[in-house]
Amino acid sequence: MTRLMNCPDPSPAAPARRTFFTQAGVGVALLALAPGVRLVDLARARAEDEPVTSANRWGLLIDTDKCQSGCDECVSACNEEHGIVGHGRPETDAQWIRKVDLKDDQTGHELSIPVLCQHCEEPPCVDVCPTGASFRRDDGIVLVDKHICIGCRYCMMACPFQARSFIHEELTGQRTHAPRGKGTVESCTLCVHRVDKGEQPACVEACHREGHDALVFGDLNDAEDQLTKLTRASATRELRPELKLNTSVRYTRF
Amino acid sequence: MSQTIFHPSRSSRAFWGTCGVLVVLVLTGLFAAHHMESAGHWVTGMTNRVVWGMPHVFAVFLIVTASGALNVASIASVFGRSDYKSLSRLSGLLAAALLIGGLSVLVLDLGRPDRLIVAMTHYNFRSIFAWNIFLYTGFLGIVVVYLWMMFEPRMNRFVTRVGTLAFAWRIILTTGTGSIFGFLVARETFSSALLAPMFIAMSLSFGTAVTLLLGALVFRLKGENLPAELTGKLARLLGYFVLSVSLFVAVSHLTHLYSAGHQGIERFLLIDGRPYSLLFWIGQVLLGTLVPAVLLLSDRFKHAVSVPLGALLVVIGGLAQLYVLIIGGQAYPMSIVSGFSESSTFFDGVIAMYRPSLPEWGLGVGGMALAALIFLVGTRVLPFLPVPTPDQPRA
Repeated sequence: MTRLMNCPDPSPAAPARRTFFTQAGVGVALLALAPGVRLVDLARARAEDEPVTSANRWGLLIDTDKCQSGCDECVSACNEEHGIVGHGRPETDAQWIRKVDLKDDQTGHELSIPVLCQHCEEPPCVDVCPTGASFRRDDGIVLVDKHICIGCRYCMMACPFQARSFIHEELTGQRTHAPRGKGTVESCTLCVHRVDKGEQPACVEACHREGHDALVFGDLNDAEDQLTKLTRASATRELRPELKLNTSVRYTRF
Repeated sequence: MSQTIFHPSRSSRAFWGTCGVLVVLVLTGLFAAHHMESAGHWVTGMTNRVVWGMPHVFAVFLIVTASGALNVASIASVFGRSDYKSLSRLSGLLAAALLIGGLSVLVLDLGRPDRLIVAMTHYNFRSIFAWNIFLYTGFLGIVVVYLWMMFEPRMNRFVTRVGTLAFAWRIILTTGTGSIFGFLVARETFSSALLAPMFIAMSLSFGTAVTLLLGALVFRLKGENLPAELTGKLARLLGYFVLSVSLFVAVSHLTHLYSAGHQGIERFLLIDGRPYSLLFWIGQVLLGTLVPAVLLLSDRFKHAVSVPLGALLVVIGGLAQLYVLIIGGQAYPMSIVSGFSESSTFFDGVIAMYRPSLPEWGLGVGGMALAALIFLVGTRVLPFLPVPTPDQPRA
């Protein structure tokens, strides 16, 4: 569009007419695309009685070039979405997603990345959980069943990303879609309540709203999905690759 | 060979006074647990970084020690040393009491101890923790049967068979407990197959030490001494067990030092990571290994207090060792992105602060007291104690 506006036009009335057509074109395009986007969302939505299957594998791609140092919109959105409120005790307050500032030991290059549950294909937290409260859905989302979590914290010992939090005190302001409980362990659910409705996780939406678009959510099993195309187009890495966990959260450009 | 006669502990002011002190400690532990559960774990020193704290040090110590407390019974019935037979019953009772004490601490520290029934009805068999639930309850069951075989003259002929099963079971149990840490592949301090045999050696050492201490206590409360000859043998055995633990510890650290990726954690635990480095050198190495090894093995230090002092130091050293291993291993930051320095509001890249709180001490000491209380009351209720032979001196 910028390129069009830069084209030379000899007519004096051209600028106004050009602006009109440009805006009209954008409007028409939005009108045409919006239902389509919505349709894509609805196509991803799952009926309540429909079982989760391995046909999907939900994942997240994080573009470290686009992720802004000092921005924590994804963290705030996650906290708001799940009713996570601190008690002024950072060592025991829950964090489902956090910004980690990194500095290359060799070159001094600095960057900032969000770290959350990596939704591993072979999750150590699920392996070690004595009661099976930590589990992985067929679509790759790793969750904690709050009804059978006994609060032993062995999953926290096993998590390679320190992505889990223990609820150390009474909770207030809980959301109905994100049940939590004192004395149990929790972590990022990839906004499973939204994903099941065909929506994007709150952190992804917030990053998009801020105009950074550093987070892309999608289906790693769908060859036509934007996420899959992006992961194929550029080199991605998983955190702690030596553990060979095949994480659903990937990072690019670092 | 003459048949040993057993009788219960004698009721005395000293006996009930000791039980009274233990009851107070147990009640303190229960109160601490109630406080932790009702207020939430924020009242403890444990955090999202140091998720297992002082209660786990005590719980693991008691569980590992429970397995080793069966040493005397195993030596008698599996290895056929009949001179140890007189203390076999005590050995079995002590093993059960220590395990109950350890499991109580572990359960009362859970975020949801009210869901114990869930842990008993939902199993994930990929989890070594779930396997340990079977190993612990199975061990209790086997020890109870083992004691029955010892107590009931008609069943005595099965003692060797049940004793062999108990011996095998406790080796597997300690392997399982060590593997709770050894299987933590994500944490460089723990992830090691060496932890399983190290825990077996620890169980032999700590179990013998506690047998000598609590055995001496229960005999003293009825105005007698532990049989001198057995005490001497057990003390010597304990000395060798202490050395075997130190061998595993040395090999473990040397292996880590050889690997570039582990040098940071080794520097932390051995040199600059206070209080862990101090606990290692002073608590674990000096007080827990070198001094007891000299006291227990050298003939130049033969004295009435050498054995109880050596055993007590082994217990203190054992607690220090578990503190360094469990808490030091969590305090050192886990690297998420190799080759990068990390920082965040979740304390990535920094040494985690941990200070054990009063409730944690209360719960842990309460568990130790519960084990001792069950042991003492057990000796009062049933004939666990051998009647002294005429040549045995009275205290």
